[in-house]
Amino acid sequence: MNYNINEKGYYGEFGGAYIPEMLYPNVEELRQNYLKVMAEPEFQKEFNQLLKDYVGRPSPLYFAKRLSKKYNTKIYLKREDLNHTGAHKINNTIGQILMAKRLGKHRIIAETGAGQHGVATATVCALMGLECIVYMGEIDIARQAPNVARMKMLGASVIPALSGSRTLKDATNEAIRDWINNPVDTHYIIGSVVGPHPYPDMVARFQAVVSEEIQWQLQEHEGKTKPDYVVACVGGGSNAAGAYYHFLEDTEVKLIAVEAAGLGVDSGESAATSVLGKEGIIHGSKTLLMQTNDGQITEPYSISAGLDYPGVGPMHAHLYKTGRAEFIAITDDQAMQAGLELCKLEGIIPAIESSHALAVFKQKKFQPEDVVVLSLSGRGDKDLQNYIDYFKF
Amino acid sequence: MNRIPTKLKENKKLLSIYFTAGYPSIDNTTTIIQNLEKSGVDMIEIGLPFSDPLADGPTIQASSTQALKNGMTTELLFNQLKDIRKTVSIPLIIMGYFNPMLQYGVEAFCKKCQEIGIDGLIIPDLPVDVYNEEYKAIFEKYGLINVFLITPQTSVERINFIDSISNGFIYMVSSASVTGSSSGFGEEQTKYFKRIANMKLNNPQIIGFGISNNETFSQATTHAKGAIIGSAFIKHLTNKGVSEINSFVKSILN
Repeated sequence: MNYNINEKGYYGEFGGAYIPEMLYPNVEELRQNYLKVMAEPEFQKEFNQLLKDYVGRPSPLYFAKRLSKKYNTKIYLKREDLNHTGAHKINNTIGQILMAKRLGKHRIIAETGAGQHGVATATVCALMGLECIVYMGEIDIARQAPNVARMKMLGASVIPALSGSRTLKDATNEAIRDWINNPVDTHYIIGSVVGPHPYPDMVARFQAVVSEEIQWQLQEHEGKTKPDYVVACVGGGSNAAGAYYHFLEDTEVKLIAVEAAGLGVDSGESAATSVLGKEGIIHGSKTLLMQTNDGQITEPYSISAGLDYPGVGPMHAHLYKTGRAEFIAITDDQAMQAGLELCKLEGIIPAIESSHALAVFKQKKFQPEDVVVLSLSGRGDKDLQNYIDYFKF
Repeated sequence: MNRIPTKLKENKKLLSIYFTAGYPSIDNTTTIIQNLEKSGVDMIEIGLPFSDPLADGPTIQASSTQALKNGMTTELLFNQLKDIRKTVSIPLIIMGYFNPMLQYGVEAFCKKCQEIGIDGLIIPDLPVDVYNEEYKAIFEKYGLINVFLITPQTSVERINFIDSISNGFIYMVSSASVTGSSSGFGEEQTKYFKRIANMKLNNPQIIGFGISNNETFSQATTHAKGAIIGSAFIKHLTNKGVSEINSFVKSILN
């Protein structure tokens, strides 16, 4: 079985580029160039240098002693929360801004839900002195005022998406429409392993630095490069794609994907795409997505703004369909409790997205000798108000 | 016999009109089609509304959202259209995004179209190569013409490829834009219209996007076989309802 992308841009039956002809030249230009550009030694050098000096990589692989004791297994946290801007998102935006420059683009567009990817994009645009336009659902703009302010401070224009449900999927639609309207000078920095080929593969490759580091860091800690389990939360799936990447073909490493169940998988207020989704097309990719019987895309729900995407990247749809990854759905309540537990046990306030991954330890029993690497995708500063509202601090 | 090639052979410039099924009201579909034909329109694109219409500007987005709120579904549209051929004889095309068709079942969808008397489909997010490899045989089995888009950025090589697998007309997108966002054609568009006309393609071209009045219709049809109006007609429906369709069509063709 092959878990990587094939030459036609598919993971098994998922992926492809289901895009209007108006987007074809942009996407085709990227498809023809992305691997070539990424392979250039100069590109590699600049990418790695920025990850080191600007992002602060490598991010630590931290043995969580008290958490491990509580769950009687060996838990390592991959500290993506310690990156500049507070999450794994920046790995991708650094890579894509360098790609955009190589392709001669001087105008950058992006979509954002909670604002994390928008901030990471605005950051790299400031770094490179490029124009930055971020599309954000009107409802999300109201909910995520601090991140809107951050983007503006960084020089980005934040444009409200007023169509449809006025959240992440509609912000993505607006970004795509912008790209249709500006086919020559603009690069679209997608924030996850979603969208038409080559985006899922390109974003996964930029995030793959996470699993690459896990290998040598685990060698230092445990004398081996392979964990028994890799655990990561999945919204669109870029964090999980990065954490899994170098282990995809090695089935001795078990992969656990944690989705947001919201108020419960069967509650009607959920974002557990693997369980609730059906095969279809969203944002140019054939994958699993939440939709009506009639093929209209529906609005997901999770307390975590980073996990409520109605689709999932085609890589993850394939991992689900083949059984390569085990998918576990975690409710709002389970996630919030797990987040608070990490605060108390390890002195780390996690993003609510990462709290979903942490809740796995109450749902699944690991052996004492198991080495479990969990991707702590982001820090909880941005979620403080949610934690306050939930726990009534 | 498919009505599109016959229509294309007529010695006149063609006006095609797009509307979103289920808008402004859920039961307007047949009235709009019949009134358009009576008013002298040559071809109609019936829009199957989608929650996430990537290639459309605000006007068609809003009409799609409203149509879905009104309760439009694929099945309902087929029911509304089941007797349409008793009263309407011009070519009818369904334009919609691929996901609703995929969920209905592509073959079941095509079969239904044939039963009703639909002549063609326009599916902006079904790529040419995927159609060619996976769906062409099904479309042909049910006598449907699939219409492809080209844009000012489409390469000569790709235009020739699209021409080679088309068997009706080529939908020429007037400029790099989503629907409804351009006002008037400039020198750049005229150059592009001439460039394509000079390619002497096998399939005639019909220009869409940015055509809203008599002037833009005339500009487009100077170089192409016909033109398609969408957003401007939706706006007319929003403002005037379904009763004054004739005056809109007259204002284009006068």
